[in-house]
Amino acid sequence: MRQFLIKRIWHALLTLFVMVSVMFFMFRMLPGDPTATVISPALYPKAQEALKAQFGLDRPLHEQYFIYLRNLLVFDFGISFHTLRPVAGEIGNRLINTLVLILPSMVVAYAIGAFAGAMVAWKRGSKVEGFLVLLATALQSTPVFWLGMLAILFFSIRLDMFPVGHIVSPGKFPEANLQMYLSLDFLHHLALPFMVNVAYQFCFPFLLMRSTMLSTIGEDYIELARMKGVPENRILYHHAMRNSMLPLATTLPMILGWAVAGSVVIETVFSWPGLGLLMVEAVGRSDYPVVQAAFLLIAVLTVGGTLLADLMYGILDPRITYK
Amino acid sequence: MFRTISRFLAIIWSSPAGRISLSIFCLCVAIATLGPLVAPYGPTERIYDEAGKLVRLSPPTWKHWLGTTLLGRDVMSQMLWGARPALTIGVLTALGTVLIGVNVGLLAGYLGGRVDSILMRITDIFLGLPFLPFIIVLLSLTGQNIWTIIFAMMIVMWRSTARIVRAEVLSLRERQFIAAARTTGASDFDIIYKEIAPNIMPFALVGVTFALAWAIITEASIGFLGFGDPNVVSWGSIIYDAYASQMMYRAPWWVVPPGIAIMVLVTSVYFIGRAYEEVVNPRIKQAG
Repeated sequence: MRQFLIKRIWHALLTLFVMVSVMFFMFRMLPGDPTATVISPALYPKAQEALKAQFGLDRPLHEQYFIYLRNLLVFDFGISFHTLRPVAGEIGNRLINTLVLILPSMVVAYAIGAFAGAMVAWKRGSKVEGFLVLLATALQSTPVFWLGMLAILFFSIRLDMFPVGHIVSPGKFPEANLQMYLSLDFLHHLALPFMVNVAYQFCFPFLLMRSTMLSTIGEDYIELARMKGVPENRILYHHAMRNSMLPLATTLPMILGWAVAGSVVIETVFSWPGLGLLMVEAVGRSDYPVVQAAFLLIAVLTVGGTLLADLMYGILDPRITYK
Repeated sequence: MFRTISRFLAIIWSSPAGRISLSIFCLCVAIATLGPLVAPYGPTERIYDEAGKLVRLSPPTWKHWLGTTLLGRDVMSQMLWGARPALTIGVLTALGTVLIGVNVGLLAGYLGGRVDSILMRITDIFLGLPFLPFIIVLLSLTGQNIWTIIFAMMIVMWRSTARIVRAEVLSLRERQFIAAARTTGASDFDIIYKEIAPNIMPFALVGVTFALAWAIITEASIGFLGFGDPNVVSWGSIIYDAYASQMMYRAPWWVVPPGIAIMVLVTSVYFIGRAYEEVVNPRIKQAG
């Protein structure tokens, strides 16, 4: 177990290191002068050079790379070319915005999806089952930005129930703080993207739970429980459902990283100032420090999530042993 | 190869859901092939009325079944033209993705050892990449046209196929017929591509359908984020145009049809994949 853990962590770190390096050189190849937004071409050449030196952009590429790696070790992600503020702070704020949107909707989608999946599997062959499978697949097949646009069209424009986008009303909270996230105004803005994301995320847990549940129902221990005279409801909740949760629980950490990466589309439709939107904006203006840090963050989330998933498997399923 | 594909079609046709999905998919292929021929207008043609005035944002009429856009283009015609890029990009990406994924999986699974660990580390790196943002970075490096979009999607999508195929090869490798081939002196290359690969075909086909579904959605998302090919009208780019013009909430006829088309097409592709998977993958068949 210990050896397995050390090996896996070593692999995870190696993966992250290679990714960070590839990213570094890839972003330097992006077209466009990233300094153009901060360093005005109208400045004296001397002043321009001085500013470049301040960012360390006057040094050879390999030197920049080593400085970048050294800074990463102490969690210094540099300064945004665009806002001239430390990247860590910029990204931290945006990550919180993404998480308050993604996490609750994932939890709700998983809860509803898993429960519905287990129920339709238990009463297999029902009309509801066919309908829900079709609905879930159709929702998964719908571009989520289009779903968002329809939701805005219907709920915000026609019914005037929710705001069209943004995280709070403009000017209401100049600083993002706890008070903002607890305000009614914020919840009002959260409602629509939240619902759209739940609808979009519903499919995966639903179908996965349904198929695991179907194979669990065929297991001998369910038959045994029936023969012992255990009440049907108890078999459903305590024997079948509980054992079917395993694949769902173990995929959750990995899916979470992907959901954060995938948030870019939904954030764009709802003008939600999250990490995804920041990434697209930063790519557009060649703001490497920001893009690099955002990629690294998501990589840590997915690589860490995969690691966690593997470990969870071993803890939740005693049949699995590590080599 | 030909036998596998005809068996693939037969399996899908044998289930009602598969039959409906396959018909819908064929309809979309027909639209992609013939659409541009029957479309009343060009995809970017601007339409003027008798008075010489641009027909802007006209709601659906007998002349324009799905209305017109802000720039006076016929939405119906755009839909007919837009099927082709959506499907071409999707199909080519799916085939390329599976081709890379299957080969990586075959080599890693069969050769094992150092080759396996290197290939799997590379796969892990790609698994850690943020999917859409990475594609966008690639596209801003390479420029945006149909081919770079296909390339960018392929680069990130093969990762899941590779893992599935490798797991399957690992179990196939231990089977009797492989040992038999080895004793007859078959080379590694022959064993991989003549003995193991045919047994991987069903997984590859399932992979192609799911990759196709995913690629169509992703192409639309790329278009929506403004990184699509600016010279091509596809279902995704119609939604983007409506969104970018800020007129989408006043002109539902403009934005609703392309979304429905994508939804129906991708749903049918998913059902085709599942109808096939249920039969060829006994573990799932047993499940339901």
